[in-house]
Amino acid sequence: MSTRLTARRRRMGTRTARRRAARTGQYLALLGYLVFLAFPLLWLVSTAFKPPRELASLHPGWIPDHPTLDNFRQAFDEQPLLRSAGNSLIASLAAAAITVVIATPMAYVMARHHRSPLSRAATGWIVVSQAFPFVLVIIPLFLVLKEVRLIDSLSGLIMVYVVWSLPFALWMLAGYARAVPRELEEAAAVDGASRARTLISVTMPLLAPGIVATALFAFITAWNEFFFALVLLKSPQKQTMPVILTHFIGAEGVADLGPLAAASLLATLPSLVLFALIQRRITSGTLAGAVKH
Amino acid sequence: MRRRTLLAASAAGTLSATGTLLSACAPGRRRASGGRITLRFQSLAWQQESIQANKQLVAEWNAAHPDIRVDYVQGSWDSVHDQLLTSFEGGEAPDIIHDATDDLADFAYGGYLADLTDLLPQRLKDEIPPQTWQAATFAGGIHGVPFLQEPRVLIANRALLERSRVRIPAPERPWSWAEFEDAAKELTRDGTHGVAWPLKEPVSATLNLSLSTGGKVFHRGADGKVTVRFDAADQRVPRVIHDQLGGDRSAARTTLGMGGSDTLPGFFGGKYAMVPLGFSYRQQIVQQAPKGFAWTVLPSPAGPGGDQRQGVSPQTLSIAADSPYQKEAARFIDFFLRPPHMVRLARGDWMLPTGRTALRDPALHTRRHGWATGAALAGGLRPAPAQSVRGYPEWKDKVATPALQEYYSGAIGMGELRKRLVEDGNLVLARYQR
Repeated sequence: MSTRLTARRRRMGTRTARRRAARTGQYLALLGYLVFLAFPLLWLVSTAFKPPRELASLHPGWIPDHPTLDNFRQAFDEQPLLRSAGNSLIASLAAAAITVVIATPMAYVMARHHRSPLSRAATGWIVVSQAFPFVLVIIPLFLVLKEVRLIDSLSGLIMVYVVWSLPFALWMLAGYARAVPRELEEAAAVDGASRARTLISVTMPLLAPGIVATALFAFITAWNEFFFALVLLKSPQKQTMPVILTHFIGAEGVADLGPLAAASLLATLPSLVLFALIQRRITSGTLAGAVKH
Repeated sequence: MRRRTLLAASAAGTLSATGTLLSACAPGRRRASGGRITLRFQSLAWQQESIQANKQLVAEWNAAHPDIRVDYVQGSWDSVHDQLLTSFEGGEAPDIIHDATDDLADFAYGGYLADLTDLLPQRLKDEIPPQTWQAATFAGGIHGVPFLQEPRVLIANRALLERSRVRIPAPERPWSWAEFEDAAKELTRDGTHGVAWPLKEPVSATLNLSLSTGGKVFHRGADGKVTVRFDAADQRVPRVIHDQLGGDRSAARTTLGMGGSDTLPGFFGGKYAMVPLGFSYRQQIVQQAPKGFAWTVLPSPAGPGGDQRQGVSPQTLSIAADSPYQKEAARFIDFFLRPPHMVRLARGDWMLPTGRTALRDPALHTRRHGWATGAALAGGLRPAPAQSVRGYPEWKDKVATPALQEYYSGAIGMGELRKRLVEDGNLVLARYQR
């Protein structure tokens, strides 16, 4: 009896040790992945505070020996960073808001009627639309926008961003909408709620994390977009942040590395802040426990 | 029914909001208003001093010409081709365009750039040597004013150079290619390579330097058609580089995939004694070199008889064919490129001006930072051999770049390199010359 118990304990101990080792491996892999992801950002921070002589060091260190704010000063002196950040912010926020307003009802319809031919066609269109490279559409798009006098205007750019991010936003939101249980809507109907009331009071709150995630996606897509902004905006006063960043790069790819890193670091801040503010909203399990089975 | 109403309301609201937003932000039209003309000048200046010089000149023009205002627009080298192409197609190109001659051919042949032959004043035409004008002449018309150019020079670690037994070359007595090979061997010791060739873009470096040995690669026949050849004169420079990399190892193999800036940390750290770089890289060296680091500028090796020719692609100012104010734009270019202004622009970009008077300015002949060496090389600068050849960009990207990279890395020999450059190259060019 005692021998059997000992053997069982030993087996359990081995299993626990294996589980611990597996867990440790998982954490190590996650840590490696995080380091890999963080590397460009850390490099950016390090470079932004280094004086020119340290940038050209044969043995660069992570922490600058003589940290300086000169790169930031030079970046602000040379290029209108604040104005371009303002333009980017207007374009990105507007694009995100309009995308969400258009995509939400469409995604809901697609989710609730996903077997209909129209919904299938829409899904097909979404997939195909993601395959078009920018250069293929830019000239026709330019001509169309010129006809409607929307070249060199932020509103033209916003319209392009909305059209460009809409397919993926739809796809994304339709997934969230499908996850909203029909039973909840049916229960609301049984309780006497109208269709509109059900959508506003029951469905929309449950869709909120999806809407926030989609808005974030549309915002970041627009915030980082370079090519359309480069081609469609002519006046220096209207240029966006990614276009301004290329002004630190010279012929044959030579770059003014310090100011470029400083400006790029500033350009990443809004996305980081936005993520920090709303990540809980995205990850919260709003639906947990909503339906009793 | 209610659902439909809700969706329709949502869609209508969206459209209405979008429409309001769009109409509120519709762009104002530029051009003439109240007798005042507005020209848009897209500059590719990117270094701090250069941007300042450009902006100051525009401000001076605007102060002196209230009837013709120039708006300064910052462009970028990285994306200028795609951006201009789209702007030309859409009829929204800037009036005055800053670019380089190797990018102009497509635009000039496409009819996007105005022919400046009759627009430019004689003063400006006389200032710039005929061979430099050739660089911006396409289909018999001048499509850009070349105003800045840079030779390739050898930036050398002065301490290592003086410690060695090599003769220090001067513009009036440069090294031959054979002497350069010997010097690189002599300078290779104690973990230091004699030379570092940054060959991320091997084609232009190879072709431009090959002019000194009589290399042409592209040969135009009596019928105007261009064919690729790769004869002994064309092979001299690539052979030297190949032998330094794989033969006596006087060149560092690790720099093969690097751009010019990437080699600087190794140069400052004493890993390489010399680096062949564009003249403007001096600005980065001044800014980044460790305190006390001594460096000097040497002329590139010369070919037989001291031939110091090199290919260059000067920076240019062009006028859009669609611009309704070409004469006014030409007046601005004339002002912008007056000799003292050219000197300011050249100093801002650490390059050489193309104008004869500007080039004589004492500020460009000081020995400090190697200005005098560069200025002495100006007479040998010629249009890059391939820039007016239609199909060159494709030949460069699809044929020559991989072939030269393989040759320099030792993967293929000279026979295979020649076969690829010539046979594959002529197939590419033939498509453009039907």
